[in-house]
Amino acid sequence: MSGNAAFLGMPAFPRNAAAAVQDSQLRFNLRKATRTIRGRRASVVAELPDWAELRAAGRQIKDHTLRNLDRYLLQLEEAVTAAGGHVHWAADAAEANRIVTGLVRATGETSVVKVKSMATQEIGLNEALGRAGVTAYETDLAELIVQLGDDWPSHILVPAIHRNRSEIREIFRAKMAAWGRPAPGELTDDPRALAEAARLHLRERFLSTKVAISGANFMIAETGTLVVLESEGNGRMCLTLPETLISVVGIEKLLPTWRDLEVFLQLLPRSSTGERMNPYTSTWTGAAEGQEFHLVLLDNGRTRVLADEVGRQALRCIRCSACLNVCPVYERAGGHAYGSVYPGPIGAILTPQLRGMASELDASLPYASSLCGACFDVCPVAIDIPEVLVHLRGKARHPRAERLGMRAAGWVFDRPARLAGAQRLAGRLRRFVPGRLPGPLAAWTDTRDLPDIPAESFRDWWNRTNGGTR
Amino acid sequence: MRVALFVTCVNDTLFPGTGQAVVTLLRRLGCDVDFPTAQTCCGQMHLNTGYLAEGRRLARHFADVFAGYDAVVVPSGSCAAMVREQYPKLARAASGGHGGHGGHETGGGPVPSGAAGGYEPRAGEPAPPAGESAEAGPRVYELSEFLLDVLGAEDVGAYFPHRVTYHPTCHSLRGLRLGDRPLRLLERVRGLELVPLPESEECCGFGGTFAVKNPAVSAAMCADKVRNIMDTGAEVVCATDNSCLMHIGGTLRRQRTGVRTMHLAEILAATEDPAGTAAAGAARGVAEDAATTAGEDGAVTRDDGAVTGEDGR
Repeated sequence: MSGNAAFLGMPAFPRNAAAAVQDSQLRFNLRKATRTIRGRRASVVAELPDWAELRAAGRQIKDHTLRNLDRYLLQLEEAVTAAGGHVHWAADAAEANRIVTGLVRATGETSVVKVKSMATQEIGLNEALGRAGVTAYETDLAELIVQLGDDWPSHILVPAIHRNRSEIREIFRAKMAAWGRPAPGELTDDPRALAEAARLHLRERFLSTKVAISGANFMIAETGTLVVLESEGNGRMCLTLPETLISVVGIEKLLPTWRDLEVFLQLLPRSSTGERMNPYTSTWTGAAEGQEFHLVLLDNGRTRVLADEVGRQALRCIRCSACLNVCPVYERAGGHAYGSVYPGPIGAILTPQLRGMASELDASLPYASSLCGACFDVCPVAIDIPEVLVHLRGKARHPRAERLGMRAAGWVFDRPARLAGAQRLAGRLRRFVPGRLPGPLAAWTDTRDLPDIPAESFRDWWNRTNGGTR
Repeated sequence: MRVALFVTCVNDTLFPGTGQAVVTLLRRLGCDVDFPTAQTCCGQMHLNTGYLAEGRRLARHFADVFAGYDAVVVPSGSCAAMVREQYPKLARAASGGHGGHGGHETGGGPVPSGAAGGYEPRAGEPAPPAGESAEAGPRVYELSEFLLDVLGAEDVGAYFPHRVTYHPTCHSLRGLRLGDRPLRLLERVRGLELVPLPESEECCGFGGTFAVKNPAVSAAMCADKVRNIMDTGAEVVCATDNSCLMHIGGTLRRQRTGVRTMHLAEILAATEDPAGTAAAGAARGVAEDAATTAGEDGAVTRDDGAVTGEDGR
């Protein structure tokens, strides 16, 4: 995944997380928000008797599509083209940004409105457009908060989850005027007032902007239809009002048929917002009358992920964020610690695969998990996230001290006699074990006492007493 | 039945009392327990940290050591899950098969590559029954599975007059799907007052090497776990994994809470008789009866016949 430069040079996950766990406001916001959504999801999933079947179907449809991606992509291209749209292929972020920038320039416009889109954040499109003199306006409420605050999203579904309403009020009051219609002078932190301020601010933008950029939740190969699910109606405005619509979509977003969509229209809202149905589902096929439509199909590392037999299951992801909301690590570290537009458990397996593990940050992401398995349990397409994490750990570079320690431990475990010897040595030295361990092991004793080392191991007891019988 | 104890390297080295409790308990229920002394470690630490070469070696060693047994009992949900859930994936990966389709819904069957729509969504497959291994070889049971599913002993004749809360460890909860097995066993322990743990299904933050590789988040997770434990007013927090308990207990001790940790086996092995094992011989008959009289009081273990202190706290 080439693209977004914002995360370059960030420290490794443990350091980012260590700072985040001390931020009481962040901890409070995250705990409250994730637990609310988690509870809602659990109740709307529990009411479906066939959830397990839906989940299995979702997984199977995605696997089938990924195995036949080449064929379905060509089918999609043909259908979109037949419906009057233009299809562009982008191998990486730079190419996608170049294509989109060129398309916007060709319209002569210098501003675009955007529907919330992970793919465009992944490639750093707003920054690329900015360099070309084009301003991109985010129209999703949370993305607007993030954009006005000169901030980064920290959650896939709720990008401003790290902000509370008084912070949002301050951002609106301080920044809205620079981007368009200012916030009302008497703005309070009442959620309704904040939403109204955003609505008024955005409404002017929708009516005056001639180019829109979106992503898509799904693309249907047989008809060439794109599908966006959203809650606020801003997406519907962006998709229908402007004269030119450009959609940037990852190639894994395909579904073969309309029939398949039925499964995902149940899986996605229940898993993401905890709703039975999302308020707005927009579908469009090719170019609407009087509108020009461009579809940019984005690879940016996805075909490389597809080549990995274990890791490829991450491409089933439908970006619901259920795994974030149940993850105890995400809840305490927050989304920014992951240094990617994809935070949480799915980010910990997606980012290192898309970007590679050359940086210290990316190599630390597969370790940003206690392997508790809560993410796998809630995943609507049954991505075995712990399995992929462990798989990626096998490919990551390991610190030298750890390598030596692990090699030594392996050597001891290779022979029972060596293990017995090590145990006896520990038993003899047990009085001399310090309360604080040296080196990397201090991480244990910083917050935890060590257990007492027994005088005799189990195996020595067994041998001495003949299994406790003498 | 030839039952082997895989005590695990953590218990062997740091918590021998847990291994001894399993031996006491199984003998009391009429089982012949063997401890193959060639055993070392299942390889979980290496495999889960990304040291595949060492981990594979230890997995092979485990398979060699336990090949001749009918059943292997493990007093650790985590190590049992490693052997039962992850070993088969290792084998598949080594044979060049699809490693990426594990988990509880695994079917792994080939997906038809015919025309669009030529595939049928499979019905959700239930989790494999506890104790079932995808590979040939001995069946590996976590202790509570062995007691309930194999021996049918819900009442194991234990006596433990204390207020106890139970923390379901992640690998026993979401890996092995132990469900309420440990709770059913604890509920039948005489004198024991079982108090529910709030937010019990949340990870304690141990996670093996996670505890030292991400110490800040690990400690933050444990802080919440400890707060929930303290809210129960329990004297003892019990689990099926001493590794998690080492982390929780280390935090409880550092904070001078006075709450102690105990492995499930140690509570189930406890009786009125402080020596514990003295009753082993007398209890030989329990297991044979257990299948049919599982609901009845395993009073056999009480040598003196006098139920003292049942309500004595």
